[in-house]
Amino acid sequence: MDCVLAPDNILHDTLLFRVIYEWVGQLLPCGLSYAVAGIAIMLLLVNGVLLGAGGFSWLERRLIGRFQNRVGPNRWGPFGALQPMADLFKLLFKEDLVPRGADRIVFTIVPVAMMAPVVLMMAVVPFAKDTALANLNVGVLYVLAVTSITSIAIFMAGWASDNRYALFGASRGVAVLISYEVPVVMSLLGVVLVAGSMALDDIVSAQTVPFLLVQPMAFFVFLAGTSAELNRTPFDLAEAESEIIAGYHIEYSGVKFALIQATEFGAVLTSSAVMVTLFLSGWSGPFSDYLGWAWFLLKIGVLAFIFSWVRATFPRLRIDQLLAFAWKFLLPLSIINLFATALEVYFLRNDAGMLTTNDLWLMAGINFGVAFACLLTFGTLIQDKVRPAKSLTAASLSSPEVG
Amino acid sequence: MSIRTEPMTVNIGPQHPSTHGVFRLRVTFDGEEIIEVEPIFGYLHRGTEKLAEERNYTQIVTLTDRLDYVSSMINNQAYCLAVEQLMGLEVPQRAKYLRTLTAELQRVASHLMGIGFFLQDLGTLGTPLMYAFRSREKILDLFEMLCGARITLSYSRPGGVFFDAPEDFWPALDQFLADFHSEFQELEQLVLENEIVMVRTRGVSLLPLDVAINGSVSGPTLRASGLGWDWRKMAPYDAYDRMEFDVPVATGGDNYDRFWVRIQEIHQSIRIVRQCIQQIEPGPTRADVPLVLRPEPGAEAYGRVEASKGELGFYLVSDGGISPYRCKIRSPSLMNLTVIEHLLVGWRLADMIVTLGSLDINLGEVDR
Repeated sequence: MDCVLAPDNILHDTLLFRVIYEWVGQLLPCGLSYAVAGIAIMLLLVNGVLLGAGGFSWLERRLIGRFQNRVGPNRWGPFGALQPMADLFKLLFKEDLVPRGADRIVFTIVPVAMMAPVVLMMAVVPFAKDTALANLNVGVLYVLAVTSITSIAIFMAGWASDNRYALFGASRGVAVLISYEVPVVMSLLGVVLVAGSMALDDIVSAQTVPFLLVQPMAFFVFLAGTSAELNRTPFDLAEAESEIIAGYHIEYSGVKFALIQATEFGAVLTSSAVMVTLFLSGWSGPFSDYLGWAWFLLKIGVLAFIFSWVRATFPRLRIDQLLAFAWKFLLPLSIINLFATALEVYFLRNDAGMLTTNDLWLMAGINFGVAFACLLTFGTLIQDKVRPAKSLTAASLSSPEVG
Repeated sequence: MSIRTEPMTVNIGPQHPSTHGVFRLRVTFDGEEIIEVEPIFGYLHRGTEKLAEERNYTQIVTLTDRLDYVSSMINNQAYCLAVEQLMGLEVPQRAKYLRTLTAELQRVASHLMGIGFFLQDLGTLGTPLMYAFRSREKILDLFEMLCGARITLSYSRPGGVFFDAPEDFWPALDQFLADFHSEFQELEQLVLENEIVMVRTRGVSLLPLDVAINGSVSGPTLRASGLGWDWRKMAPYDAYDRMEFDVPVATGGDNYDRFWVRIQEIHQSIRIVRQCIQQIEPGPTRADVPLVLRPEPGAEAYGRVEASKGELGFYLVSDGGISPYRCKIRSPSLMNLTVIEHLLVGWRLADMIVTLGSLDINLGEVDR
């Protein structure tokens, strides 16, 4: 039997899928081999994300160990690289507790609901030439829609756990996610305007100049917004260890806990992947026809390193300050960026509505100027807004009289 | 439309990562805002005062180690001062200098821990804590050279110190002081002017001076509220009358000021350590004291030091026996906790944890 994918099939452009489909199609009926290829791809994706999460958890622990004058995990495997496996097996053998007052069904769904957006996000990201599992023409919208599932999962976890710390974590997490969604979406509109498309593949190919240079302010807003959505310091309010212990996942143990932890590390990777695609020209680089995946991984690594670095350095903000940062700082920045980009695109595009590489460089120059001015102005303004009204302390050294 | 809300009561502790031991706070929240606080302690009560009535005067030194277990050197010193007053003992000069020196090293170690956990409570992932512990480890190593122990030291004894410092202690101390400057500078650069630290701590949980005085608050917490009260200056003991140092005072009384005062005190402590090294002279390190101390019946004494957390006092009453008739401990952590309601009510959950960290309480001392 020779099965050939119809050209109008949504998965036709996916090289990996087509290869598996046609190879399996020699043995099985076409309908069945379509399903087999689909499941194979899904397994690859899920396990790829989980493996990546494990690898990243090791990498981050080693890195943070270095930042803190420690060694980090170094016992099992070369440089402790098998530590995630050890952790996983430990958690697998732990008792899977469900609190007595918990809503059992919701409580059990949560880890899966958390994992889902992380895996789903990877479906549209092209990690090398022609490799996006589905080249959706609304890729950017899809990514934004899928990531907002997380807020529901967090709220489910907090509500179902029947724990007051979890409730604190959930209410904080939802407030943060909803607030940061707005500037993140606004900042992405600039990228979409310049690229002229919402398909991630087109955005990659539009980046003859990486959008990091063309849209510096959008990148900054997106980076800050993403680290808030990822619940990492300085934005890790939803699971603030020193305050509410583990926040929304305080009651989770065993496999469920492992899955939530894997989600958190996996989310860093997938968010970095999205950021690489949108701002760092994706898989393109020298020899990208063959080494696209290597460039892609390298760029993810750089972003993940930045995330770890920030995490190791900064203290946490308070919830009101965090929301003020979103609404009073990031949102105006992203709106200014959107307007500036819209004007630039309006004046620079040629008759076909396209932008040339020279135009992009010109935009990069203008936008860097705008970004510098805006960060300076809003930085000063936000300082006055989040700082308390009380005048600063006049601290002094004195030698009181002996007597 | 208004949403119906109701206050929520949460037990913070006794098992909580940020209560600095087994401290429990029953807090009623309105959203994130605190409307009622009830501190509950006693989870670490070991009856130190009663135990002291069953032991002889030298044995009690080991009990004092376990009060504020991150600054046992100073606890030993305070207790020994009380016993020496009780017995009328004269301590040799070298022992006085050794006590001053070790007390100041211990103060640095204790403050490093206080600062480290204060920043941990602010939500850092442990980087400043690790920076602080790097230096603290070296101080503990020095203590190990002195008396073989790292935490429960029992180095001061009635009438002097347990043993003279070994030969290789002095070069090791010099090496520590040389390293400490740059190590501590790294920590200061990381946190002292950090925008997030400032935003989170400035103007938060204010402690006005009158409230502080009414609550018998002492130590860095009092000095951050604007009063330069330090027993090392007010009633110098051991070798402090020959030391030159400043008392850091801040006037705001907020969390940042309490943190800032501790940072500055570390600098002053290092200054005192340097002076001790210059001034110390060879000589005996312990007065001739009988094996079993028997003070006069009815004798009373109050030994008082400026411990790392505030005024630490031992009040001893003798009935002529080999153990004290009564041993009352005035611990600074417990006294500093008396203002906790004033500090916390009206602030948020996140501020509460930081305020608790800025008080730098130690439960070994609160519960005794």
